[in-house]
Amino acid sequence: MFDSLSTKLNGALSSLRSRGKLSTSDIEKTCADIKAALLESDVALSVADSFIELVREKSLAALPTLQSGTNQAQAIFEIVNAELIEILGGSARRIRFTKNPPTVIMLAGLQGAGKTTLAGKLAKFYLDQGNTPLLVASDLQRPNAVTQLQVVGESVGVPVFAPEPGNGVGDPVKVAEAALTFAKSKLYNMVIVDTAGRLGVDQELMQQAINIRNAVNPDEILFVVDAMIGQDAVRTAKAFQDGVGFDGVVLTKLDGDARGGAALSIAKLTGQPIMFSSNGEKLTDFDIFYPERMASRILGMGDVATLAEQAKKALDSESSAKMEEKFARGDDFTLEDFLEQLEAMSKMGSMSKLLGMLPGAGAMKKQIENFDESEIVRTKSIVQSMTPLERQDPKVLNGSRRARIALGAGRKVQDVNSLVDKFSAAQKMMRQMRKGGGMPPAMAQSMGVPAGMGAGPISSKKVQAPVKKKSKSGNPAKRAAEERG
Amino acid sequence: MGIFSKFVAKLKGESTADPLDWKVLEEELLAADLGPKLTAEILKSAQGLKGADALSSLTQILNSHLSIKPRALSDANSIGVILVVGVNGTGKTTSVAKLANLLHSSGNSVMLAAADTFRAAAVDQLQTWGQRIGVPVISGKDEAEPAAVAFDAAVAANESQVNYLIIDTAGRLHNKSDLMAELGKIRRVVEKTLPVCEVLLVIDATTGQNGIAQAKIFTEAVDVTGLILTKLDGSARGGVALAIESALDIPIKFVGTGEGENDFAPFDPESYLTGLVRD
Repeated sequence: MFDSLSTKLNGALSSLRSRGKLSTSDIEKTCADIKAALLESDVALSVADSFIELVREKSLAALPTLQSGTNQAQAIFEIVNAELIEILGGSARRIRFTKNPPTVIMLAGLQGAGKTTLAGKLAKFYLDQGNTPLLVASDLQRPNAVTQLQVVGESVGVPVFAPEPGNGVGDPVKVAEAALTFAKSKLYNMVIVDTAGRLGVDQELMQQAINIRNAVNPDEILFVVDAMIGQDAVRTAKAFQDGVGFDGVVLTKLDGDARGGAALSIAKLTGQPIMFSSNGEKLTDFDIFYPERMASRILGMGDVATLAEQAKKALDSESSAKMEEKFARGDDFTLEDFLEQLEAMSKMGSMSKLLGMLPGAGAMKKQIENFDESEIVRTKSIVQSMTPLERQDPKVLNGSRRARIALGAGRKVQDVNSLVDKFSAAQKMMRQMRKGGGMPPAMAQSMGVPAGMGAGPISSKKVQAPVKKKSKSGNPAKRAAEERG
Repeated sequence: MGIFSKFVAKLKGESTADPLDWKVLEEELLAADLGPKLTAEILKSAQGLKGADALSSLTQILNSHLSIKPRALSDANSIGVILVVGVNGTGKTTSVAKLANLLHSSGNSVMLAAADTFRAAAVDQLQTWGQRIGVPVISGKDEAEPAAVAFDAAVAANESQVNYLIIDTAGRLHNKSDLMAELGKIRRVVEKTLPVCEVLLVIDATTGQNGIAQAKIFTEAVDVTGLILTKLDGSARGGVALAIESALDIPIKFVGTGEGENDFAPFDPESYLTGLVRD
């Protein structure tokens, strides 16, 4: 997920951010830091050099025009961001569907890049959009690649055209040709051809890829590349471009912690867009590649756009309208609503992936990666063990009810207690927000005071509602309650 | 004139029409995936060099970054259990088969365990290899627990007293802690029957600096004892393996150089090091 690159770039840029006014030497220093970060991330030296050159040029040009009042570091940051987006492909491009179906997509790449798995993911992606894809087993080289594609095809519900057993038997060009005829006769509107992995330097196998290409005349040739690839990415991509040629790039294994600098190099040096990214072992862990989002991710600005999209997918508009209405009406936020939210959240996919999209999430990378997904299941099970009355009004939860719930959920009473406590706090916050007071005083206090002014008591006086001067109670508990207002 | 000869000429103090630019050497080292840190170190030592015997000096510099641990498979008293691990798509299954072939053809009895029960058709792939080279493959049912397969294999290997048991595992990204824990479990379960004498991490020569993170975390999980460097037949030079040796002191034990079962050999430092800085 480009995490390390993002951490390193962030380090370079944050030293800028702490300064008010920038000098030429600040920019030189930052450029050197960024270059080191890029090299450490497997970006090719020539690409890193030209990237830095552009950033330096633009930053220095912008420097005199920046008013001292404006946030200068932010301006530099934006220059870096714009350059990253530019290199990563400007704007995302979709697969071009041909007017005369089937649309033929051919996959090519090194061994182990993840072509066969990707073929399945691609087929599922387009099947879900209402297309009728056909998978073609033209990797007859690797032992049992054909079987693997058949298993993958079966699990995503896409037919696999595999007339040859593989394991060195059969002609991949003939298979691809026959597949095209078959797809036309059966009216499949998309054909995805999986080919054997080959090295850029292997002339014979490259010729075979060219022969497959010439036989099926693909609408898109996708170069599949592992995000972990190092400096060889440049040579390999060039060899494939000069050999079989390609129209787009797919990055795989982005769920690793590889720095993915190769993506920058390949996009820059071949001029072809990165079209898809694949980021997990499940066949749904696949998406269109969005350069803006990836640039934001590299710079640690989070990937809010993807998050919002997934939230939209998961929360049907009906239930969110209901929630809004409820909120406006002044009804209390109940455990029932809480449960609904949890369910919507689990529909959105794995929690660690969601958290990873939040701005600034890079800092808590370790915690996010090791987020215990079953925590949500446990919390749900506790709420589900409550009666409707208890969900509406958690105040009725006495000791015996709590014991029963714990037993029902297979958790300890302490777990139930802590959930109820956390929920009450959340409910209280919701109430305060509705009252129009904006944020609760405690939060306002921590956020409203300009940095450096410190001194909590002074500001808290301003924020807090005037406390009635009343006689203090002798009972400490009661007095504390009074003072809280 | 290639970079290597230019470099040697420079050190010998010979004047050439085409003088060596340190920047070019830096580029070459970076392009071999040695990484910025190791590249800087090597450049620094190289710039300090002078003298007639430049070639051996350079070899010495590069050699000094190699691990001094033995590169042969460690001698097992009874049955040598070899666990093969790595991230997805580096060529683990193929390497397992090639290693089996190498041991088998030198007169050892070998048994394979198909503990990659995750990837579609991985078990079939290993079985096909097993038939090809003529060694038995122990496998479980579809989606069997990998540790269970490994355990069964250890018991079977113990009963039939083979010389080597090689266990293939599913590819896993090292940042997935649950999958790394699974690997630890496989090892523990096998060791109930037989001690594991080698844990070989498969590193793809095309891998960039991420290889160091892979080696580090796999070592934390299962104590890696050696590397298998695969896909050296491509244009990638596999410099990250030297970076791993230098940083973590894990020796490269074997290299894979092609798709055939014989494209596999014990690591040869000399040809590897000269391959890094190509002429």
